Parts: sequence; C-alpha cells; structure tokens
Amino acid sequence: MSTTPAAVQPVPRGGLGRLVGRRVVDWLPAVVVLVGVIGLWEVLIRALDVQAFLLPKPSEIARTLWDNRHELWTAGWFTFQEALGGFLLGSGLAIIVALVLARWRLLGAALLPFAIAANAIPIIAFAPITNTWFSPLNKSSKIVIAAILCFFPVLVNTLRGLTSVNPRALELMHSYAAGQAEIFRRVRIPTALPFIFTGLKVATVLAMIGAVVGEYFGGALNALGVLILTRARVFQFDEAWAGIVVACLMGLALYIAVAALERLTLRWVPSTSE
Amino acid sequence: MSVVQIKDVTKRFGETTAVEGIDLEIEPGEFVSLIGPSGCGKSTLLRIIGDLIQPTSGTATVNGKPARQARIDRDYGIVFQDAVLYDWRTVSKNIALPLELARWDRRRRVDKVKEMLELVELSGFENHYPWQLSGGMQQRVSIARALSFDPALLLMDEPFGALDEMTRERLNMELLQIWEASSSTVVFVTHSIAEAVFLSTRVVVMSPRPGRISNVISIDLPQPRTATTREEPHFFELVTAVREALHLGHDLERAPV
Repeated sequence: MSTTPAAVQPVPRGGLGRLVGRRVVDWLPAVVVLVGVIGLWEVLIRALDVQAFLLPKPSEIARTLWDNRHELWTAGWFTFQEALGGFLLGSGLAIIVALVLARWRLLGAALLPFAIAANAIPIIAFAPITNTWFSPLNKSSKIVIAAILCFFPVLVNTLRGLTSVNPRALELMHSYAAGQAEIFRRVRIPTALPFIFTGLKVATVLAMIGAVVGEYFGGALNALGVLILTRARVFQFDEAWAGIVVACLMGLALYIAVAALERLTLRWVPSTSE
Repeated sequence: MSVVQIKDVTKRFGETTAVEGIDLEIEPGEFVSLIGPSGCGKSTLLRIIGDLIQPTSGTATVNGKPARQARIDRDYGIVFQDAVLYDWRTVSKNIALPLELARWDRRRRVDKVKEMLELVELSGFENHYPWQLSGGMQQRVSIARALSFDPALLLMDEPFGALDEMTRERLNMELLQIWEASSSTVVFVTHSIAEAVFLSTRVVVMSPRPGRISNVISIDLPQPRTATTREEPHFFELVTAVREALHLGHDLERAPV
C-alpha cells in the first residue's frame, strides 16, 4: 500500500457556531466598542446638557423602546414584511434576468449598459410615484420600490459572476461534450454564487431603506416610517429614535439571515469555512 | 488504426498563423511529447486534437473519427497547466464530474472514483475541497478526473509546468505508472527537454512563427523508465539531440531567406 500524503489544510468541521461564522470570543472586540460608544454617548449628553430634541440619551431611547414595545413591534413587523417582499421579488427577478442575459449574450450586450446606468439612478426618488400607482396604504407600493432598489445590484453582481468563469473550466466542460444547460448548472451558477451573495447583502440594506423611506411619502398608520415621521413632527424624539433603532435591527436581521445563508451555502470558500 | 491522425493542418488567428502544414500520426499506446519555444503552436495543436478549436484548413482525426465526433463521444481526457478543479466540489465530486455528465449511475461512479483515488494515491482525501490540497495533489486529482471515464487518449497541456522540480519528477514517475496501467495514448505538451525525453516514446520538436514540426525524435530508452533512467548516458545523448533540434529550429527561423 502506498503512503498517504499529509493534507495541507484540515477538513473544516461544520457546527452551529460556524453558521454565523465566528466564536463568541471573536465578537468580543465589537461588543466592547458598541458598549463603549453607547456609554460615551450617554455621558456626553449628560455632561454637555444636550437638548433631547437634538439627541436623546440612549437610556431614554431604551426606556421608550421597552414602554412602546407592542406598538413598535407591530409597526416594525409591518415594514419588515414590505422590505422582505421587495427583497425577494427584486432579487428573484434580478437573478432570473441575469441568467437570461448571460445565456443569450447579444441580449446581454444590448441591455446591460442600461442596467448599469439604471443602477446609478436614485430610485428612491420614484417613491411618490409608486405611491400613486398603488394605494399608499397598501404594502404593494413599498414592496415595488424596495424591489426596484434590490433589482439592479443583484442583477449586475449575478451577471458578473456568471460571466467570470475561468476559460479553462469552460474548455473542460466542452471536452466532456456538456451542453449549455449543464455548463450553467455545474459551472456558471456555482461560480456566480459568491457574487450573488454580495449583491444580496447590498440588497437587504436597500430593501429596508426602500420600505421606510417609501413610507415617509405616505403609508399606513401602523407602518414604521410613518411612526418615525409623525413622532418627529410632534417632537417626541425619543419615540422617533426608538423607531429608528427598530428599523436598524430589522435591517440587520435581514442582513445576518442572508450572511448566514451564504456561509451555509459557500462552505467550499476558505474564508467562509475558516 | 492511429489514435490521432493530423493531415496538413493550418490554424490562423486573424493575421497570425499559429500552426502551418502539420502532419502527425500517433499510434495506440504511444507517449508523444510536443516541445518547442513559446509561440510554436504546441498548445494550439493539442486543442485542435481535442476539438476545443477548429483548424483553418486540414483535418484532425481521433480514433478514426473527426475530432468533433471524438469529443462528443468522450474519447479523450484533458489536463491543463492549472488543475482547473471546481472549487465547490470535493475531490471525489471533481473526479466524478465527467461520469455524472456521461450519466453513469451512482454506484458505478462511487466505485470508479475509489479506484481513481487509489491510482493517484489520494485515498483518504475524498471529502477535501481543492483549496485544502497542495499544487501537486490538485494536479493528481485533475489527472484522475481526466482518466476516470477510461478515455483512449489523454491530452496534457504542460500539466506539471507550475510545480517545483521535485514534485514534478515524482509526478513524472506516477504518470508513467498510470500510463502503463491504463494502456492509454498520451499527447503531452511541455517546455522541459528532460521531462519530454524521460516520459516519451517519441518527441515532436516544433519551431515558431509559423508553428511547424521541425523534427521527430524516437526515444528508445528501455521501458519501464525508472529513477536511474535519468542517469544513463543514452538519456543525456537524447536530451542533447532534442536540444540541438530545438536550436536548429530557431536558427532556421532566424536565417535570412
């Protein structure tokens, strides 16, 4: 029997801790910074006697967050559904369109410049328009604006991924007499996955922005954007800030969910498994 | 019947003539190296045999069929300078890829992958991902993958060019053992004179601009080749013969017409 050569790297072991990527110890520096910044914020406002309408104390925001937790949760959940709907719709369509454009290159060459140009448009400016297309009280108007916001970064990233395949890898598939469908399934799509996730992570943030800012132009009374806007108008800044914190947490939750899915899917990439 | 038959093949890329008027026949069981300076069209010739590019004129036949039909019938396996492993597939799954495309059932695939892993001495690394392997190990996976579906012909484009000298010599030995065990025909592109002489039954010397065959040297070193083959006087004579053929090719090209 032959001698077995030693592995260069150990096989990574999966585990629940790996899902989010790091051990608790790795998060410690970030937690210290977070606690430090909040503490400093609290101390500075007390020391400099900053007016509450400029910037409330973190402790006040936290108390408001707790006192109004039911209202905030309802509003947050409402807006989160809009953001999630827009994210799924926009990203899903973008991935399908990218597959079509990558498969038929002429179509891609004809349409890609417009996609890239459209990516540079401040799409949020269209929010008042979608509010008139659909009822402002309806979730659809915010889902559409969030979807359009998500569409272009996912499209551009997916397309780049699908077309940045090693030419040798394609030659190899040709040598196996593989058809286009096989090449997409077995080479182009796996190659594109890290790019797709990059696009999706950008899209999570945009989806939340789209939903909240869309609501600033009019929305249901129990929506988070409307809550933030109305409370700020009547000088209840601690409540407005509590709403912003909820929006941040919701956006973060969506981002972390996608990042976790990425780690779970891309186990072969060294940086995600180690 | 010849495994490879090339008749008067010319390939132009726009204004550039990559290869011109190539005639070459390769018999079953041969190990033929294509050697020559950069730009002599040796990789182009290999790709024409594999139907990865098509000649401008002339014909390439593999196993008595047009190269295109041979490719569709999966008559050859190919290995590049980079291992070109699919990063998202484990070692086993990389080797199994051509078998999946050829619609082998799962059981046969598993058995064959096991056999190939033993052949290239990588048993125990089934579930490793490519990035966890050294360059030499990656190239062994690539060779196992090319041989997994028992092709009659193995095409190799500078497969050990990116490896260090010691790994290269070890893989040379392993490749010869695999060649003997699998009784396939090998076409091997290389820059290294010593490697070509050590491995081959025949060395095809090419000259550049346009790529032509300038000489064919039979390597009559006894089989099987061993570690001591490289120390035999006749080995050095053949190395010298190939080197001189290479320089002759250069001089002819430089000589005023």
